[in-house]
Amino acid sequence: MGDVMLAIRKCGAGLRRCLPWSRYILRYMSAGMTGRKIPAAPLPSEEASLYVHWPYCLKRCSYCNFNKYISRDVNHAEMRACLQLETEALLRVSQVSRITSVFFGGGTPSLAPPSTIAAILETVARRADLPVDAEVTLEINPTPMGLASLEEFRLAGVNRFSIGVQSLHDEALRVLGRDHNSQDALHTIAEAQRLCPGRVSVDVIFGRPGQTVESWEAELNELLSACDDHVSLYQLTLERGTRLFKQVEAGQLTMPGDDVTAHMYESARRILGKRGFLQYEVSNFARNGAVSSHNISYWRAGQYLGVGPGAHGRFIPHQEGAILREARTQTLEPDVWMKEVRCRGHGTRRRIQLGHLALLEEVLAMGLRLVEGVSHRLWKEFSPDADLQQVFGRSTEVQDLQKRGLLVLDDRGLRCSWGGLALLDSVLPPLLLQLQAYHDHQGASG
Amino acid sequence: MRLPLITYQGLGFPLVERLLDLRTCKIRRKQLYSTTFTLIRHRWMRNIPSICAFTSKQFSTQSEKDKIDMSKFPVENIRNFSIIAHVDHGKSTLADRLLELTGAIAKTDRNKQVLDKLQVERERGITVKAQTASLFYTHQGQTYLLNLIDTPGHVDFSYEVSRSISACQGVLLIVDANQGIQAQTVANFYLAFEAHLSIIPIVNKIDLKNADPEGVETQIEKVFEIPKEDCIRISAKLGTNVERVLEEIVNRIPPPKAKTDDPFKALVFDSTFDHYRGVVASIAVFGGQVRKGDRIMSAHLGKVYEVNELGILRPDEHPTDRLLAGQVGYMIAGMKEVKEAQIGDTLFLQKHPVEPLPGFKPAKAMVFAGMYPTDQSEYNSLRSAVERLTLNDSSVTVQRDSSHALGAGWRLGFLGLLHMEVFNQRLEQEYNASVIVTTPTVPYKAILSSAKLIKEYGEKEITIINPAQFPDRSVVSEYLEPMVLGTIITPDEYIGKIMTLCQNHRAIQKNMLYIDDKRVMMKYLFPLNEVIVDFYDHLKSLSSGYGSFDYEEAGYQPADLIKMDILLNGKPVEELITVVHKDKAYSAGKALCERLKDCIPRQLFEIAVQAAIGSKIIARETIKAYRKNVLAKCYGGDITRKMKLLKKQAEGKKKMRMIGNVEVPRDAFINVLKRKDK
Repeated sequence: MGDVMLAIRKCGAGLRRCLPWSRYILRYMSAGMTGRKIPAAPLPSEEASLYVHWPYCLKRCSYCNFNKYISRDVNHAEMRACLQLETEALLRVSQVSRITSVFFGGGTPSLAPPSTIAAILETVARRADLPVDAEVTLEINPTPMGLASLEEFRLAGVNRFSIGVQSLHDEALRVLGRDHNSQDALHTIAEAQRLCPGRVSVDVIFGRPGQTVESWEAELNELLSACDDHVSLYQLTLERGTRLFKQVEAGQLTMPGDDVTAHMYESARRILGKRGFLQYEVSNFARNGAVSSHNISYWRAGQYLGVGPGAHGRFIPHQEGAILREARTQTLEPDVWMKEVRCRGHGTRRRIQLGHLALLEEVLAMGLRLVEGVSHRLWKEFSPDADLQQVFGRSTEVQDLQKRGLLVLDDRGLRCSWGGLALLDSVLPPLLLQLQAYHDHQGASG
Repeated sequence: MRLPLITYQGLGFPLVERLLDLRTCKIRRKQLYSTTFTLIRHRWMRNIPSICAFTSKQFSTQSEKDKIDMSKFPVENIRNFSIIAHVDHGKSTLADRLLELTGAIAKTDRNKQVLDKLQVERERGITVKAQTASLFYTHQGQTYLLNLIDTPGHVDFSYEVSRSISACQGVLLIVDANQGIQAQTVANFYLAFEAHLSIIPIVNKIDLKNADPEGVETQIEKVFEIPKEDCIRISAKLGTNVERVLEEIVNRIPPPKAKTDDPFKALVFDSTFDHYRGVVASIAVFGGQVRKGDRIMSAHLGKVYEVNELGILRPDEHPTDRLLAGQVGYMIAGMKEVKEAQIGDTLFLQKHPVEPLPGFKPAKAMVFAGMYPTDQSEYNSLRSAVERLTLNDSSVTVQRDSSHALGAGWRLGFLGLLHMEVFNQRLEQEYNASVIVTTPTVPYKAILSSAKLIKEYGEKEITIINPAQFPDRSVVSEYLEPMVLGTIITPDEYIGKIMTLCQNHRAIQKNMLYIDDKRVMMKYLFPLNEVIVDFYDHLKSLSSGYGSFDYEEAGYQPADLIKMDILLNGKPVEELITVVHKDKAYSAGKALCERLKDCIPRQLFEIAVQAAIGSKIIARETIKAYRKNVLAKCYGGDITRKMKLLKKQAEGKKKMRMIGNVEVPRDAFINVLKRKDK
């Protein structure tokens, strides 16, 4: 609560850009303080998380094939207006009454004006219930510029920072095409930690060209001494069409072999554990319970709205009387997206209805990324008629995976073992086939 | 469906022996002539003295309005000939010029390979399918009917060559004045030589800067024992001296020996299938005459047909009222299926049965390969494409086959490698079919020693086409493998490398001859198996493209053959059973294991890939277990893509072939079994 009060005070001190959001906080807080009843917890389909995509970057990273645009003259006013309009549109069509968390990703969302962030949060708060302690994460590029705007983002309502550190080796940062150095990164971590203590995450990439297991271990240890309570570590994947891909193809760079990267992953998991970071997902580790509730909601197959060019969402469009969840994608290209939001009143380009089986497949594939796996309770939420045991218990392939010690099916639910988690993509296909077979069989017999 | 198979047969040993020592050719020729030689050949094809009394009336081009009166061409004024040459030595260009000079086609710049109608023929510069063109040529006041029967240039197609040759009395043997005699020139020469045809050597491309007609004529004299003076120097491209070729055809090639007074008798030497008109048979009239409306009978099936249409090919069909002794043309007689016009069959009038001509023996497939649709759903369309193609290429044997890994398909037998390639190319180009072709194999033979098995098979000597059916050593007294006599012609600087290559392919040198001061002709006896995969490619690259190679069948020889199994975690994979020579087992096993290792994805456990002879492991590769296989980043925006990938993997898993507990993707089989692309 102290943080919020601080924010209000700062706003009052003249940061007028934040005013709408701070006004909301004031209103909300006063309501709470005057004892007005907070609405009862909504049904799962009435709540969702919100992902907002900022499509612009200053520079192209050599490994990134994500939907991003290098643009020197972004029309900030128009983008802000469109993000707000689209947020409203999706809240309306989904009839979601509560937004449980917000995540600003990109692109480089730390290039967005803090006022835009504030305006979007204000829109959310105006149209739905946004609990005061809802996790609001912003991805930060740890450049001096990013560092400088941290405080303003904090004031705009962001309460969690995810910092794209990627490496503490300047040479590696150069190869990755990042526009920051290790000093910038350390300064940014420190400042973010000052603003949001215990709610700062760092991203780090391993399996980089020329990296060895030893250098990786040393780098990780160094990072853990500097970071806050959350670490995401990603193995570098070569994506077609990236500069890095071409360099590796041309033999200018050499990627470490599969066995080396497997070793790196294993040793990172061990080191993180020793330092008190508990793994809760394939690539995510947290200390002191500092997990990302926004990301967990993806893995628990929660509803989410996706706003911004190329953003994905998954929710039931209740306004249209639908009962099935839809997978939706927004128009990719920012200018086109903005035009469509203006002209058509929404930026959704593609809608795919998820049938019962498709939804269960996602529950399974996403849920097993979590260390906790798919609990009986979660499964029942999506599959009230057939429990995990009924669906998977009799499959010889599933039993084989259990015998190999990769998979556990017990009274808590279905989950990967420590070893199984690293092999999830080999474990999933037989599970998906079994799920499909069960589904087909049920369909055939009634 | 077993289609009629046609080719020359029995060329086997006599020819081979003969080739071993070229200098004995002339002497042996006489022996063969009278006794043991088994080439199917007709009496009338023999050379006869070319002094003929020309009594016919002069042919007038004015009368050639609608129908040509074929009676204006008595036997004496007919010449039936083929052109034979190595690839690219200018056979089709010369044919174009001959067609132009005799007015069969207009003279334009566009006449390129007029007789080569197939796309594959034009692309590869080869002739696959024999074509016929009747030319009218006036010489010293006489009009002659010259029937050019265009033949394929490669020995793989020698069944076509020999069929065509059976309707000829002479050949034009073309040799490139730059390249000199090449391997195929030699093979083609012997085909003509065996058939006792008049051979007119032609040195082509004399217009080229580096042409050495003098040297090439010396080669011809040395290799073929044809006097230099008999060679005609031409440039088919520019038309230089082509007129002289026509004169020499008339002067040097004898007319066919056939009499119009005899009862009608004709040889079917080719047939094509036309969806609208049925079978179109190419016939050579050996005696008498046939008219439209005649009721004829085929000796082979005893069926009676009415002649609906007759004519000559110029090269397009040109209907005539009749065809007379010595003439060559086409006939449509209500035959519905290609097998009704069996090649080598004799046709005669229903009222006047005659003694049938000795037919052709079926072509024997020597190279076998599995062929499967890339996608099983295309099986039916591929089947109809194969059927349609084999209608006009009856030398391909078709056997249905199926493989766990590749699904339903066929095991096709071809006369040789080029034949196989051309067939596949035609399937792809003309029928738009996408196929997987497996590494070719050869038919092995086994002499059974077990009485029980002999009874089961009904014979002591069995032929094995499918390696999975290779009988165990314990029930066999001897294995045999097909051999070929290979001819290699190369500049002498590459001799050393080529000799090593041949030795590595288990070849035995039979002969070596300098055909001029720097070019060598070498004869090697090869196991056919050793030349069908990549031998020719190696030869080409070793000799900077200058070496040429051709081969002909040379019977079977005993060989130390063994069956090699490929095991995955100890379980044999039926599709990968291979028959290898004992000396090659280790290297073949190692290569197969390595190839397989590269295309089986890592799994949750270690996989041993082994090659085994009986219970003895001779090669091993290990596919290590996965240690990590998980997508690093998977958040809201990644789900769609990830699910798609996972579903694809799951679907792929369904199509995996399980060998024990090992999942083997279809692609792995394809990669291992497929012929390597060149």
